[in-house]
Amino acid sequence: MADQATFAAQAMEYMGPLYTAALRMTRNAADAEDLVQETYLKAYRGFGGFQEGTNLKAWLYRILTNTFINSYRSKKRRPEESELDEVEDLYLYRRLGGLEAVAVGRSAEDELMDLITDQEVKDAIESLPDQFRMAVLLADVEGFSYKEIAEILDVPIGTVMSRLHRGRKALQKRLFEFASQRGLAEAPEAVDPNPPATQPALAE
Amino acid sequence: MSAMADSERHDHDHDETPCEAALQELYLYLDGELTPEKRTTIEHHLDDCSPCFEAFDFEAELRVVISKKCRDEVPDSLREAVARILEPPTDSTVER
Repeated sequence: MADQATFAAQAMEYMGPLYTAALRMTRNAADAEDLVQETYLKAYRGFGGFQEGTNLKAWLYRILTNTFINSYRSKKRRPEESELDEVEDLYLYRRLGGLEAVAVGRSAEDELMDLITDQEVKDAIESLPDQFRMAVLLADVEGFSYKEIAEILDVPIGTVMSRLHRGRKALQKRLFEFASQRGLAEAPEAVDPNPPATQPALAE
Repeated sequence: MSAMADSERHDHDHDETPCEAALQELYLYLDGELTPEKRTTIEHHLDDCSPCFEAFDFEAELRVVISKKCRDEVPDSLREAVARILEPPTDSTVER
């Protein structure tokens, strides 16, 4: 059994990432605060069952996601699987790739940092249906392994992989839509609806 | 059980070009979920194929950007509330 002071000090370190995950899950600051508090309360009460040397971060995320699923998730049943369109591989790269070639010496990371705003990344993640959103958050924002995500979400590794695959592609599509809306990338259907009027013939 | 069992079974799938095979494992590669042997195979392909290298690089950097941009400031009220939960006062001042 872990010593209480050690547990408290270690658990505190994860508050930032847990709050970020809670915000993306609940999409609401007040609920996110409550969710994180409830997570710590449950972890504190259950810390006797936590074994030192095991994965504290994954254990806290497991409590967070279970609490979210049981108490915060919208009760409204949604056909989640069908909410995601089929999106081709390398969706964003095929539309934005080669950006870095425009400005010599800049990396794709520099270009993407400028092209996409923080709020757009957050909104794009929040637009994903719950199960895809949680998988993408845990993998791409928090860097958990497939095995850890499978344990946190209590699903088989194959399910984690398919949710990530579809969730990531949907995320890329959303990010591209945001960039298109701001005119930073060419929208696929960007055809000028009002072509410039032709020069009127001179009246005699 | 290995997550890779399925993809390894298609190791010698002759219908796939090396680029298609690499793309198939892009996420497994970026997620660090490939066996060392599979990793080496992909890396050799990326050394020889600049279009694949560029696509992999883009995906890797997009991941970094998403992670960097998806951060939020913890409100003081939450920080204080969690501190109270984890470090309840041990003084007897709250005793009645």
